[in-house]
Amino acid sequence: MQVDAPGGEHRYGRAVFLGTVAAGLSSLFWGRSAWSRVSGELGSVEAYVPLVPTGGWRIYTVSGSMPRFDPATWRLSVGGQVEEPASFTYEQLRRLPRVEQVSTFHCVTGWTVKNVRWGGVRIADVLAQASPHPEAQALQFVSMEQPYVDYLTVQQAAMHDVLLAYEMDGKPLPREHGAPVRLVIPEMYGYKNVKWLQGINLVPSEQLGYWEQLGYDQDAWVGHSNGYGSAPPPPPTAQSHRGFLTR
Amino acid sequence: MSGVYVNRFSRTERVLHWVNAAGFFVLLGSGLVLYLPSLAIAVGRRPLVKDVHFWAGVGWVSALVLVVVLGDRRGLLGTARELDRFDGDDRVWLTGGARAPQGRFNAGQKLNSALTAAFTLLFLVSGLLLWLGERDTRFRFASTVVLHDGLMYASLFLLVGHLYLALIHPATRHALRGITVGTVDADWAHVHHRKWVPPE
Repeated sequence: MQVDAPGGEHRYGRAVFLGTVAAGLSSLFWGRSAWSRVSGELGSVEAYVPLVPTGGWRIYTVSGSMPRFDPATWRLSVGGQVEEPASFTYEQLRRLPRVEQVSTFHCVTGWTVKNVRWGGVRIADVLAQASPHPEAQALQFVSMEQPYVDYLTVQQAAMHDVLLAYEMDGKPLPREHGAPVRLVIPEMYGYKNVKWLQGINLVPSEQLGYWEQLGYDQDAWVGHSNGYGSAPPPPPTAQSHRGFLTR
Repeated sequence: MSGVYVNRFSRTERVLHWVNAAGFFVLLGSGLVLYLPSLAIAVGRRPLVKDVHFWAGVGWVSALVLVVVLGDRRGLLGTARELDRFDGDDRVWLTGGARAPQGRFNAGQKLNSALTAAFTLLFLVSGLLLWLGERDTRFRFASTVVLHDGLMYASLFLLVGHLYLALIHPATRHALRGITVGTVDADWAHVHHRKWVPPE
């Protein structure tokens, strides 16, 4: 027996489909700010119950396996245009003056992690032991993860909140975040923040780093590069870099 | 149960369902390896996993299109029409009147299919934008990754409900027979889909 349905028929199926597609596509323009507002509201809850299982981080690697830190063999070498190439063990690095800073980590793919507490050493303190040549204009950062390298100009590396971090949020830097030491430059997108650091070389000029060879911007200013924002990059907020190389 | 079986899903419908399910699980698995730090560490090989995820996505959508093109298109069009139309009983059903008589698809199944179709399209678009964005800044939007992740959470939510109803809930799990071999018990069909007149 066919019972007559009250109220007639409506094409809700296509309405739900089209509405969802429209909402999804338009979210390309509002999704990130909406999500950051929601996660801001939920920040206090999230301290107890992680709502997203990643703490906001994603772990990006470019090679077959993630580098493993072995304190017995790991060294941070400083070479290139220097008087006397230097090399630090993990212990030697930890004995240099310790600095700390809190900053937001921005990935070029759109995710950010707020209030990351980094502990580590200033680049200048590491370079000082190798006596860099004054004509060096850039620094090459070499990762244990081959073939990942990236570069900063001397001016960029001298900005006040750039550091070589061996601690994150009060704990030794975890393996997935680049143990034992990573570069941290909060003004630039994550791909400039080289993980699993094993060498710093002073070079005459900046070259293209790993992602830059694949089309990403060399100066990865957050909000002012890689297709984001139209304003020119901000001038370095840094101290003068005079004395950075020579101390 | 009567022991008399009636056809509920055509072969094209069943193939479409399982191709969709298989593709979804491969993408969910490889996607979680890319997304969850613990899995990313355990598995490593990110460039390989990225390739698997990308090509699984391309393969998934291509297979769905292929099933539609090679399958019973006229039948699928009729199914789409059924899924599109909600009547008064469906509205009663959705607002808690689970006893409102339903057709071959109940209102929840209609909603689920509309959302699943929308999510599939959005997964495809956002996934392609992520892939293209890695190659060209013109395709880079700050929110693409938020959309792609959000779709994952939303479809996981739908999937959990779907699996519960299909595998666990005693009143509904008989439906699993329909989507695997095509037929369901006539009595069960009469109770759960009273307005549906099964084909002879």
